[in-house]
Amino acid sequence: MKLQLEKRPQPSRRWIYLSPLLAVVITMLVGGALFAALGKNPVEAIATIFWEPLFGEFAFYYRPQLLVKGAPLILIAIGLSLGFRAGIWNIGAEGQYIIGALSGAGVALAFYPLDAWFVFPLMALAGALGGWAWGMIPAVLKLRFGTNEILVSLMLVYVAEQLLAAMALGPMKNPDGMGFPGSRNLQDYPAAHNADLITGSGLHWGVVAALVAVIAAYILLGRHMLGYQIRLSGEAPRAARFAGVKPGLLTLFCLGTSGALAGLAGMFEVSGPAGQVSIDFNVGYGFTAIIVAFLGRLHPVGIALAGLLMALTYIGGEIAQGNLGLPAAAIQMFQGMLLFFLLAVDVLTNYRLRLLRRPEAA
Amino acid sequence: MDLSSINPILLLASIMAASTPILLAAIGELIVERSGVLNLGVEGMMITGAICGFAIAVGTGSPAIGFIGGAVGGALLSLLFALLTQVALANHVASGLALTLFGLGLSSLLGQGYVGVKPPPTPKLDIPVLGDIPLLGPILFSHDLMVYVALALVAGVWAMLKYSRAGLILRAVGENHDAAHALGYKVVRVRIAAIAFGGACAGLGGAYLSLVRVPQWTEGMTAGIGWIALALVVFASWKAGRVLLGAWLFGGVSVLQLNLQAAGVAIPVEYLSMSPYVITILVLVIMSADKSRAPASLGRIFHASQ
Amino acid sequence: MTDALLTISGLTKAYPGVKANDEVSFDIAPGEVHALLGENGAGKSTLVKMIYGLVKPDSGQMTLRGKPYTPYEPRAARAAGVAMVFQHFSLFDALSVSENIALGMETPPPMRDLARRIREVSETYGLPLDPHRAVGNLSAGERQRVEIVRCLLQEPRLLIMDEPTSVLTPQEVDILFTTLRKLTAEGVAILYISHKLEEIRALCDRATILRHGRNVGTCVPAETSARDMAQIMVGASFAAPAKARHDAHGQVILDVSGLSVASPSPFGTALKTIHLTVARGEILGIGGVAGNGQDELLAALSGELRTAPGAIRFKGQAIGQLSPTQRRRLGLLAAPEERLGHAAAPNLSLTENALLTGAQRRGLLTRGFIRWPETRAFAQKIIDRFDVRTPGPDTAARALSGGNLQKFVIGREVLQDPEVLIVNQPTWGVDAAAAAAIRQALLDLAAGGAAILCISQDLDELMEISDRFGALNEGRLSDIRPTADLSLDQIGLMMGGAHGMEVAHV
Repeated sequence: MKLQLEKRPQPSRRWIYLSPLLAVVITMLVGGALFAALGKNPVEAIATIFWEPLFGEFAFYYRPQLLVKGAPLILIAIGLSLGFRAGIWNIGAEGQYIIGALSGAGVALAFYPLDAWFVFPLMALAGALGGWAWGMIPAVLKLRFGTNEILVSLMLVYVAEQLLAAMALGPMKNPDGMGFPGSRNLQDYPAAHNADLITGSGLHWGVVAALVAVIAAYILLGRHMLGYQIRLSGEAPRAARFAGVKPGLLTLFCLGTSGALAGLAGMFEVSGPAGQVSIDFNVGYGFTAIIVAFLGRLHPVGIALAGLLMALTYIGGEIAQGNLGLPAAAIQMFQGMLLFFLLAVDVLTNYRLRLLRRPEAA
Repeated sequence: MDLSSINPILLLASIMAASTPILLAAIGELIVERSGVLNLGVEGMMITGAICGFAIAVGTGSPAIGFIGGAVGGALLSLLFALLTQVALANHVASGLALTLFGLGLSSLLGQGYVGVKPPPTPKLDIPVLGDIPLLGPILFSHDLMVYVALALVAGVWAMLKYSRAGLILRAVGENHDAAHALGYKVVRVRIAAIAFGGACAGLGGAYLSLVRVPQWTEGMTAGIGWIALALVVFASWKAGRVLLGAWLFGGVSVLQLNLQAAGVAIPVEYLSMSPYVITILVLVIMSADKSRAPASLGRIFHASQ
Repeated sequence: MTDALLTISGLTKAYPGVKANDEVSFDIAPGEVHALLGENGAGKSTLVKMIYGLVKPDSGQMTLRGKPYTPYEPRAARAAGVAMVFQHFSLFDALSVSENIALGMETPPPMRDLARRIREVSETYGLPLDPHRAVGNLSAGERQRVEIVRCLLQEPRLLIMDEPTSVLTPQEVDILFTTLRKLTAEGVAILYISHKLEEIRALCDRATILRHGRNVGTCVPAETSARDMAQIMVGASFAAPAKARHDAHGQVILDVSGLSVASPSPFGTALKTIHLTVARGEILGIGGVAGNGQDELLAALSGELRTAPGAIRFKGQAIGQLSPTQRRRLGLLAAPEERLGHAAAPNLSLTENALLTGAQRRGLLTRGFIRWPETRAFAQKIIDRFDVRTPGPDTAARALSGGNLQKFVIGREVLQDPEVLIVNQPTWGVDAAAAAAIRQALLDLAAGGAAILCISQDLDELMEISDRFGALNEGRLSDIRPTADLSLDQIGLMMGGAHGMEVAHV
């Protein structure tokens, strides 16, 4: 007997929904085994990660964090998903996120200490533009020279990280900071502070932006010709050209939009939860968002759910770090595993497993 | 600023060493891509190789066993990628990214107890006579064994692709997997072998970083070298000889910028540190005009239906 | 027959939902040319793949020279003296002729000896080849020679040929037949797969006919009329298109003059100063061997490839620089050859595929937003009017059979009332009934006043439906002549003879 994969005539609707769930379950099982290997109680560890932040003793504190951590992930992943659907691989969101934060913070620091209503909108604009511009570099190079956007967008992450360090230690350093690296804290600058809209809810402007992005992407992909062209290009590039899609414009749109959204996310982060430009400002949201985009099946609603789930693992991971001494790296690996299992389980959407018996003599 | 503190002979000698990790990773990826597989997980395999090699070398006290361990670690991780792309027929790009993310997490988990530990030193070969030649001696003949292993690998890969039957089959699989299958070649097996070889090479490169170049373990220490190795394969137009050239170029840039930093050039350190990445982009721009050499089945999913 | 080379008895192979081969039995004698005849989907390929070890039968036996023969892989088949010339998919464009041939051999000699042997064999059998050229730069006929020489070098006892003439000009077919007769004289058996009846009558000693996976008859082609064989092959008679000949002197609506454009793909063919006109109510047929610029011509006319503005004129308006969308809006529509991936997106539903080209002319958009109900209705209309067999418009395109998807693709364009319709290989790989329906639709469209340019490699089809005929050869278009006056020889010459390659002295 032998297992064989057999192509389905059309993608299974059931497995489109089931495979992310199955991937989460497998990840929990294997993750649990991993925690056990590290000498932790697996059930307790999994419960700490997935239960504690939502329903534990300190849930009132953690629940808002879900929005705070989920918003940038969702915002970035929505942008990435557009490109991924079209077969345009922007994996440099981390860099666009940093540049967005630097641009937004740059505007704020330039106006400091002016107290005017337009400072924050201007920062948002600058953040989006900064991320957009950083995303346009691979797009334009791809169009003009045929350069691979995967490698260029990724190289630009390292460039952005160095730029961040240069800014935190140089031009943006807090003049009143007594020599410490890092900029002024924007939380202390009301006109630039991305504060909670309802105190203690975690609901800041970034969450609003993420929600708007989810809805806009939903409408774009489901109802608009541009969204159709994006899907068509990813499914069948030749058919897309035949239909009249201009691949160049699509590349510019997808990389530009995902850059702008990542830039916005960075800007909301630096002016809100993070507060200041510092060397270690970025924590890898740009990369985790790749997992979020896939886990959400590149679908806006799926991404919103996946973003919240991933935020949960971040928060739960921190709790587990504090309570159980689980290493931070274990959570990182846990997230990587999730993407791994998802990709593996995904085969069932388009193929069916068949058990072959040896041909019996007729 | 004191540029005279840069010794050109030492500079050239250190280029040989600095280019070794990237050379190893790139020559492995070259084989993988020639078989028609795009593995973007080089960074993840490299850093896994770095920690595996480091931990095993520290544990056994033998850098040689460490290098073997690094190669095995990289190869094992790459088999996960092989499982995803060759068995579960997952998208190569997404699977490669997953491998990198997973490898980064795995390595920092494995490396927890090794921060600040010093690895056993890897001896330099003292090649008699040759090593004493003025100028050439220190530049070419005063390195550790791995430098020469890397060079030998490049030569071996070049010869295999050009002259051997195995090389011909590998190229055939990468050019047109349907035709290769129709002729009866085991496309999936060839590709899994290529992926494992690529993983072992990347792991070896990573181990060279943590055991010789740095030498210590820090999280995320590969810092994009795996990605540069991927760019290098494009730069080399999928040819072994040009991988060597490219690796020396990048080794040169990174050594030069370190030397400039040390010499106290009046450019902030961060801008110098950017230079290898910026140069990678520039090189990609220049080299991307000629796409014709890319294996025709690169990144395409193979399923032997009926 | 006791002295049979290969005996096949009761071979059965089932795939989910379909029995590809059902109890197929026949035998092949040494030195015989045995035809395997059947429509697309009749199970010829599956049967041949079992003989060549690519597919394992579910049940049944094969005997080769009196011994049980169960090749578990092509290598074993080759070792037993069975070789195969594929229709597609078995050459490597970027590799040289000798590398390609080495890949098909078990123990190839060193490259230098191999090159020498390639020259020897190719001279002996009248198939000249340069061992050092890259295969991607060869013509279709030369590529086939590579495959044949690859087989011959292994001195096979049985040579399987899968639709070998589909890529050849009539003159090249003659050369091939000469080669094959020379082989049979040496005692090699040939299993010859085709659906072209005349050529089977000219070449084959016996024929086995398959329908729906079953052996439905064996005959001696020389003694059986093509009509009778067709009857057995198809199983039922179908209406041949009723051709409403009209005077092809309508107003010229599409005018191509001096069209030259480079191919977008590395091994493609550039178009060189092409001139043609198509008038209302006319079908212009463009023949030619595959790979002589057909894809490029379609791309240039559909708008996927931009050209100099004046090279293509639609009702006098220069449109060479217009996008496919703009051309559609004017009334110039196209249906490319490759159904899955070019004319339609495999994983998208039929509704979404209806939108692919129908968005503009069917008014399926309001300010960029898609009107899904109308789009779905359009898809349903195509399905109804063109008898597309499918559960409904929500089915993925890849779930349809070739013939049904092709009917959908052609129907999608026809139902948009084109003024000019360009089609490439409209009935390639389509069953006879669907092919007849498609041809009829094209004829009806022309009768209604549209101008049609039909690119095809099926000469019979072009003779049947087109008013005038031209042929593409290495990106150049021959003179265009009325179909009615053409002989097969003339067509062959228009197609470029034997591609300028001399017939070797056999």
